Amino acid sequence: MKSTLVNMTAVLFGITLVASAGVGVVNMITEEPIALAKEAATKEALTQVLPPFDATQSEEMTIDELPITVYTATKGDAVAGYAVQTMTKQGFNGVVRLMVGFTPEGEVVNVNVLEQSETPGLGTKMADEGNPLLGSIQGQKLDAKKLVDGKLAVKKDGGDVDALTAATISSRAYVDAVNRAWMAYKSVTTGTEPTDVASGASAAQTNEPKAQKGGTNE
Amino acid sequence: MNKLRIILSGIIKNNPTFVLVLGMCPTLGTTTSAENGMGMGLATTAVLIMSNLVISLIKNLIPDKVRIPAFIVVIASFVTVIQMLMQAFVPALYASLGVFIPLIVVNCIILGRAEAFASKNSPFDSMLDGVGIGLGFTLSLTVIGSVREILGSGAIFGVNLGIADYTPLIFVLAPGAFLVLGYLMVLFNKLAKK
Repeated sequence: MKSTLVNMTAVLFGITLVASAGVGVVNMITEEPIALAKEAATKEALTQVLPPFDATQSEEMTIDELPITVYTATKGDAVAGYAVQTMTKQGFNGVVRLMVGFTPEGEVVNVNVLEQSETPGLGTKMADEGNPLLGSIQGQKLDAKKLVDGKLAVKKDGGDVDALTAATISSRAYVDAVNRAWMAYKSVTTGTEPTDVASGASAAQTNEPKAQKGGTNE
Repeated sequence: MNKLRIILSGIIKNNPTFVLVLGMCPTLGTTTSAENGMGMGLATTAVLIMSNLVISLIKNLIPDKVRIPAFIVVIASFVTVIQMLMQAFVPALYASLGVFIPLIVVNCIILGRAEAFASKNSPFDSMLDGVGIGLGFTLSLTVIGSVREILGSGAIFGVNLGIADYTPLIFVLAPGAFLVLGYLMVLFNKLAKK
């Protein structure tokens, strides 16, 4: 068709109008199912990392300027455990999101990888069953681990968490996210302000003796 | 034109990856495993069929000088719609393919076929072209992904072959993508010529 200013303007206007109306309608239709699907995914992740529970209460907080959500799970009147949705930006390809479950006593129940875009075959192993990262912390109290500056660390950095083979950056990211979950857990259970993982100041003071003890064991 | 031939031409004679050499960015980026390659291919196929059909239907209404922006708006709208529908109704599939969906907008295969085929042919033929090119793209990506997954991480479609300790990592990383693509392209063109 021959192009004139009028018909070009009219056709482009018409196409964008129809397209945006179409996208808007689909957005209206899918808004609710998308929210439901996200909620179901969160619930699924919660059941995987927590002991059996009836209800959860969530609490939002910010650690190192990253949004963290703590879910307090209750069974009857007693607290069944805490699940922390945590994240880090230090993954090999950006953001890694984890759901970390703690018992009321502070033992790690399980860790679920919610989102990652690590290198397939290397960093993606963090989501596998029985990977060394999870194996190093599952069923254990984190403050009984060998800490570096009050934080959990992979073996290469002086800690005692087994890293994934050939995926040190992904392993560090995983540990970083777990640390943040731990800070959030501590802040919820003790009722104090969350400590930044980056500084690790107050955590380092309280755990220093243990960290040093771990150091001499090596 | 013979209908079956349109589809076959998309897979062999006009194979988008090995012959037309279009859409190299998603090809190199997403073929780290067979599953990822196939996912990207199928999502692209869905958008390609829809956009070819619509562009062929409206081709006579669009003034020549604004056809590219018009095509882009159509393609981008379809990509957004498909992304939202997948997220809402097949969240499991979205979780594994979601990252690739926005990439489809910038895939030059879609615009290339809109320009080269859909804007000159009937709606039905354009849909068939979408099916053919889409399948060609999907098959190529699956093959590249499989080769890289076997050589790089010793698995195929996530099933461990038990050779992971002996496989060179480089095939999962970017240089491996270029190597595998190059050798497969040579092989494909050698076979297709016969």
